[in-house]
Amino acid sequence: MFRSLLFIPGNNPSMLQNADVFSADAIIFDLEDAISISEKNNARNLVRNYLINSSVLPKQIILRVNPIDSEWFHKDIELLKTNKIDYLLIPKMDKLTSDKLTALLSEYEAKNNMLETKVIALVETARGVEELPLYAQNKRLIGLFIGAEDLANDLEIKRTESSEEIFYARSRIIYQSVINHLIPIDTPYTNINNPEGLLQDSAYAMSLGMKAKAAIHPNQLDTINKVFSPSPEEIKWAQEIIKINLSKPGHGVFQYQGKMIDKPIISRAEKIIEKAKIFELL
Amino acid sequence: MINGVKRYIPDNLKPFVSSDEHLNKVRKTVSKKSKTDETVFLHNIHEVFNVLNITSGMTLSFHHHLRNGDKVMQLVAQEIEKRDLKNIHLAPSSIFPSYTKLVDLIKNGNVTDIHTNYLNGPVADTISQGHLQGKLIMNTHGGRSRAIESGDLAIDVAFIACPVVDQFGNGHGAIGKSACGTLGYAISDLEYAKKVVLVTDTLIDTLVTHQIDGGYVDYVLLIDSIGDRGGIVSGTTEVSKDPIGLKIAKDCANLLNYLGLIKDGFSMQTGAGKTSLAVVKFVEDIMIKNGIIGSFASGGITKAYVDMLEKGLFKNLYDVQCFDLEAVTSFAKNKNHLAMSASEYGNPFEDNPICNQLDFVILGATEIDLDFNVNVTTDSLGNLIGGSGGHADIAYGSKVSIIISPLIKSRIPIIKERVMTVTTPGSDIDILITERGIAVNPLRKDLLKKLENSPFTLYKIEELLSITHSITGVPRHIETDEKIIGYVEYRDGTYLDVLRKVKDEYFR
Repeated sequence: MFRSLLFIPGNNPSMLQNADVFSADAIIFDLEDAISISEKNNARNLVRNYLINSSVLPKQIILRVNPIDSEWFHKDIELLKTNKIDYLLIPKMDKLTSDKLTALLSEYEAKNNMLETKVIALVETARGVEELPLYAQNKRLIGLFIGAEDLANDLEIKRTESSEEIFYARSRIIYQSVINHLIPIDTPYTNINNPEGLLQDSAYAMSLGMKAKAAIHPNQLDTINKVFSPSPEEIKWAQEIIKINLSKPGHGVFQYQGKMIDKPIISRAEKIIEKAKIFELL
Repeated sequence: MINGVKRYIPDNLKPFVSSDEHLNKVRKTVSKKSKTDETVFLHNIHEVFNVLNITSGMTLSFHHHLRNGDKVMQLVAQEIEKRDLKNIHLAPSSIFPSYTKLVDLIKNGNVTDIHTNYLNGPVADTISQGHLQGKLIMNTHGGRSRAIESGDLAIDVAFIACPVVDQFGNGHGAIGKSACGTLGYAISDLEYAKKVVLVTDTLIDTLVTHQIDGGYVDYVLLIDSIGDRGGIVSGTTEVSKDPIGLKIAKDCANLLNYLGLIKDGFSMQTGAGKTSLAVVKFVEDIMIKNGIIGSFASGGITKAYVDMLEKGLFKNLYDVQCFDLEAVTSFAKNKNHLAMSASEYGNPFEDNPICNQLDFVILGATEIDLDFNVNVTTDSLGNLIGGSGGHADIAYGSKVSIIISPLIKSRIPIIKERVMTVTTPGSDIDILITERGIAVNPLRKDLLKKLENSPFTLYKIEELLSITHSITGVPRHIETDEKIIGYVEYRDGTYLDVLRKVKDEYFR
């Protein structure tokens, strides 16, 4: 479960060194877009050495690899052998990519006697958005991540402050995530000098149903964590609901503060408490 | 012998015992200067040297309010060189990178001894390499005032750069083309030096108020420019954007709030670095949110504090030196922006110096060791890179002293088993805040108890050292040269540590 995921370029040693310090729920070590072609090998080597040698690692580690049909992908996934990577972030996901990925990883895992690798799909093409129902049930997937910048390029449209242009893609990702029990992850807000814009964008994404958001700068994390965490009022409400529910075993429905509480509400309260525990808010 | 911070001190020097030791002593003062002659106005430095008969072996003092923009020290240095005076003892309150002329004077034996609070740049490098024939004494701002008033540091001639002077020899720092704000470091020199020369580039008929009392002034030297006031800007005027610095600053402000230190009437002091400014910003946010009005902020004053004064968040600023031009302007126009002398600021023998009235201070460190001793004088190789300034004064005087620093700077751990140089005794340091956790000095049992069930991640400092070493590895032991080049003097006049020549292989 995440609220915040921070991108760290794989070729930035000082950021790598401090990756565990930032308040991100997960760190995405980037070998793809943030790394120029001439730096690809250096970045991969740096991340590998960091994962092998560092005594202090982030809570959850995601590796954004290069596209599966690129010359770097096979070298990138060699970092799985460090046993420190929790998830791969796969660029340009669509049905064909999903199928190829399954085949490639299955072969790689069998050859190296490894457990099944879990994956987050970076949905950043029109095809990737439209084919979601065809690959979102891939059992390796744990999340769907909208990549708005590349998607806008694919659509040949401009990104705007209101993000109206990605409403459809966001919604589609959220709905497919819910259907397939995946985490919908929102695209980063790219203006690092506009904290108010970040707050509004995060709150809007959350209101649509996004459960987490990526960050491109550590200074964005506090805002994202706050927006995607249950509020103290929500936690208090959930604790009350669970307390009353436990005190009335067998009662399917009861009233709280004049409102009917039934199974979906109790389930929501349980999710809030689960999140609060995971994010150490209790 | 071994002193109170477990450092070797030569037997002929008074060893540091404890930071409270001055409480067992009586204030010692020589008579303040008395002068009956009229103030004489001169127009070139040769005349000054001639009429004062400045000769080899004399002690000359300076203040550093114009910081890197100062031209007075260079002017005097050139005259010393021209006359080839030898064995001059310099006592500037600080030495900045622009004071390059001193390098030649040191190497040629014109200047052989230096007494200062801070030094950085080529002069620091030259002394680190062992070129000073006599000794370097590094003490604190408050300690310098104590040394001057007690006669321990006897000044033959004080050269006081003064932005404006009137016909009676009165002076002020807030106006004039080279306005630099308060002149707090010059006051002891003014009152106790055998002869005082005000050096100015602006003469007016009469000053309505003054900081420099013409009653102490023997000569006024009028020159074209005493300095470039743009050079006084210290550090930065921008809050840190570095995420590690911001995390430390936020944790610091939250910790202060948790400890109940940000409350009505509180007082504080911080440095002028980006992370310190971030702390100030976060403290300001807490003050606004909770409707808190502080009593005062002190120190070298920056725009950040000026803004808070103007917003009514503090009742007063006590300013010993202005760190930027906004502070200079504020000092000139705001009656609640008050000057304080270095003695009023940190002299341990003042009745109630400002440093003793501080609720908390936020300080930096080049190194901190397992006894919480702090080094801000040398780097880990022993190269001189700074000095106490007011560090040890306010660490002692404040109710809570906090060091903020990343655990690793440029791949070098800041926590050491033993710091290269002790600038501030560990007994005066209460809390270390780093990006990976907080360590509280075990001597502060009260703070530890308050933080028992807090949300902050507390470590023993040994644990933080261990975490650091797990990241960086254990640094190799650094050898120092045998040659002693100077001493760190505590504010009470006792000796904290020796300064040794840096081994040739470690020269920067």
